[in-house]
Amino acid sequence: MKELLYIGAGGFLGTLTRYALQLGIPSANVGFPWAVLLINAIGSLFLGWFFTIAAPDKITPQLRLAIGTGFTGAFTTFSTFTLDIVRLSENGMWTKAVIYIVASLLAGLLLCALGIQLGQLMRGKPSQDGTA
Amino acid sequence: MMIWIGLAGTLGAILRYSLGRWISGKLGTAIPWGTWIINISGSLLLGLLYGWHQSEMISDGLWVVWGTGFCGAYTTFSTFGYETIQLLTMKRYLSAILYVVSSVLLGVAAAFAGVWITA
Repeated sequence: MKELLYIGAGGFLGTLTRYALQLGIPSANVGFPWAVLLINAIGSLFLGWFFTIAAPDKITPQLRLAIGTGFTGAFTTFSTFTLDIVRLSENGMWTKAVIYIVASLLAGLLLCALGIQLGQLMRGKPSQDGTA
Repeated sequence: MMIWIGLAGTLGAILRYSLGRWISGKLGTAIPWGTWIINISGSLLLGLLYGWHQSEMISDGLWVVWGTGFCGAYTTFSTFGYETIQLLTMKRYLSAILYVVSSVLLGVAAAFAGVWITA
């Protein structure tokens, strides 16, 4: 049960950080969801790095849950991503919708992989974590 | 207002973690079913909220608290990316492709359905 407190606290901060960035980056005016694209890209880079560098032997499970699952999980978002695609399509901006999907997936996946590589470099050994 | 957005995010994150664990306990972890179901159901809920907000059935405040706060924190993009890279690392390429394509397709379809129902 105690782990829920850590995740909740991380989720609180992650949500407000995302909200602040969404308010700060004027996406609505330019008709392209830059804020969420940027948020998801940065969050993916960070999560790849964090889950790799913060191996279970380096950090308490509670802190790993608070920062990884709570903060970063709530900072990034999938539902706003999918709703933005619907909104772009509804307005006939098909090209923008396709660019948004491809850019989000490419940035998210490539940056996550880069984050894992960075984490492994900083840990100083080519880790095989997560491989079966 | 900020405190309510944050609290809705707290609720979303806790529900994501609890539901995710429960689902992977039921369906196994070979495919990240937890995040898959969470991201699709969260897209549906956000679509519903968007439609209700557009037709002025809910206030701006409710839209931001439940949409940006709850749905935003309940669903996640970073875990989705991390799980995909893990599948690729395990050389489970077909699972990775199916996971990404079905998450995006069904997520967009769910959001569209939500808007369509309520707008």
